[in-house]
Amino acid sequence: MATSRSLLRSDRSASLLLRRKITDRMATGLSWLAMLIVVCVLGSILWTLVKNGLAGLSINLFTHSMAAPGQNGGLANAIMGSLLQTGLAILLGTPAGLLTGIYLAEYGANNVLARTVRFVSDMLLSAPSILIGLFIYMVLVAPLGHFSGYAGSLALAILAMPIVVRTTEDMLYLVPVAMREAGIALGAPKWRVILFICLRAARGGILTGVLLAVARVAGETAPLLFTSLGNSEWSVDMNRPMASLPVAIYQYAGSAYQDWMQQAWTGALLVTLGVLVINIVVRVGTRGGRT
Amino acid sequence: MSVEVQTETVAAEQTVTVAETEKDARPIALQVRDLNFYYGKSHALHDISLNFPERSVTGMIGPSGCGKSTLLRVLNRMYDLYPGQKATGEVIFDGQNILATGVDLNVLRSRIGMVFQKPTPFPMSIYDNIAFGIRLHERVSRSEMDGRVEDALRRVALWSEVQDRLSSSATAMSGGQQQRLCIARTIAVRPEVILLDEPTSALDPVSTARIEELLDELKTEFTIAIVTHNMQQAARCADQVAFFYMGKLIEVDSTARMFTTPREQQTQDYITGRFG
Repeated sequence: MATSRSLLRSDRSASLLLRRKITDRMATGLSWLAMLIVVCVLGSILWTLVKNGLAGLSINLFTHSMAAPGQNGGLANAIMGSLLQTGLAILLGTPAGLLTGIYLAEYGANNVLARTVRFVSDMLLSAPSILIGLFIYMVLVAPLGHFSGYAGSLALAILAMPIVVRTTEDMLYLVPVAMREAGIALGAPKWRVILFICLRAARGGILTGVLLAVARVAGETAPLLFTSLGNSEWSVDMNRPMASLPVAIYQYAGSAYQDWMQQAWTGALLVTLGVLVINIVVRVGTRGGRT
Repeated sequence: MSVEVQTETVAAEQTVTVAETEKDARPIALQVRDLNFYYGKSHALHDISLNFPERSVTGMIGPSGCGKSTLLRVLNRMYDLYPGQKATGEVIFDGQNILATGVDLNVLRSRIGMVFQKPTPFPMSIYDNIAFGIRLHERVSRSEMDGRVEDALRRVALWSEVQDRLSSSATAMSGGQQQRLCIARTIAVRPEVILLDEPTSALDPVSTARIEELLDELKTEFTIAIVTHNMQQAARCADQVAFFYMGKLIEVDSTARMFTTPREQQTQDYITGRFG
């Protein structure tokens, strides 16, 4: 009797173990499958981009501005325009987003203003970017009567801001309470604790957020269509219509000319590489900065 | 059970009966009078009156949730960070009630420093960890700062271990080193009182022993209040021990008497390990 009972028990635990093992294998297998699908999709996009884009890569691309089909034009003005507009957008959007994020995490907590700002910011995060373009068109372009690089930058800044807000807030929440208290216990006022301790502890994550914002706005086309419009001439005057890579890609890719289509691929490759390079540079530059 | 402890009479009694008479005749650095503390509606400390003699170690023991850490956080008004936490009564420091409104909390916290349970190095270099606190309260030249940092690190016996890597990140140090750095950071500000909230409970025995040795040296200059779960630690380090239970101060006495002839049954039960 005793033996059969103990046998029964070990039987049961054996079947339980087997079931767990099968469940484990299945879950692991599904994770692998999902990962493979994602990597395949990403890989094929990158591969197509590299395969089609690499062919058009030449010095000419960086030294000549856009030109009519067959005129051996380049993308120099679009590259410059993208750098200027994205750069200014990040310069405008990052401080605004950073300060808002600090307010939400450190001061607003859960009051009505903070909850409202958080809600609006999250809504902006998922708003269609063309709406932002139309908004800037109405408040800036239409009243002033002309398209401009400034208007484009502003539209991109509005897109970048909520990304920085969200990551700043999230990263500040991750800073341990004990570290804040340690700063306060030394007699540091709250603003110094936030500025010199919390932000330092969170800088890796916040920087990632800023990079995400760069990556997001560098590839945006829609908000620029109604704001900086595009320009086929070389121009660094941000008060005038300005070219940009995404708009150039949009324009060239929809054309019927072989050389324009080639340049659209190469332009797309440039945007991707640019974002990649910024990512790597910042990662290497801040290595060891995370705690 | 009656747990009314008249600190004055206790102190008076000690001066008469305890062998180290001079030690107990020390002036009082911090005096807690009729302190009550509330977390919202919950009443966490009941009528606490306790003296912290100057340049000696006061150990605070008791089971979890007894209020010893709460009391510590009243002494530098750390509770002020959290709305809903409230203290009534008086804590006299340098002739002033620090619980009163209008007290400059940043100055107060520079004079009453605190070290926490888990080491909390700031995400910056070892040097800057120490310099951060000094810069908050004083303007010092570069060379003077170098001297102050070295001095603070020497006093926690960390200088020889880190002098070659002052500019490397403090977060890369071992737990014991980090805790000594935190103590160095606190004393670099030149406080008069140091509050330690279970400073060794996250450390290994060797690091713990080093910190305990350190306390012996520090008490020649600072008034120290240490919360500990470890009775041996209290017995080793403290000059007087206060036993808390359920938000009340049950008994306070010299360490020797507390661990040999406690007056209260609850103290006896706790230190012999019958509960807690």
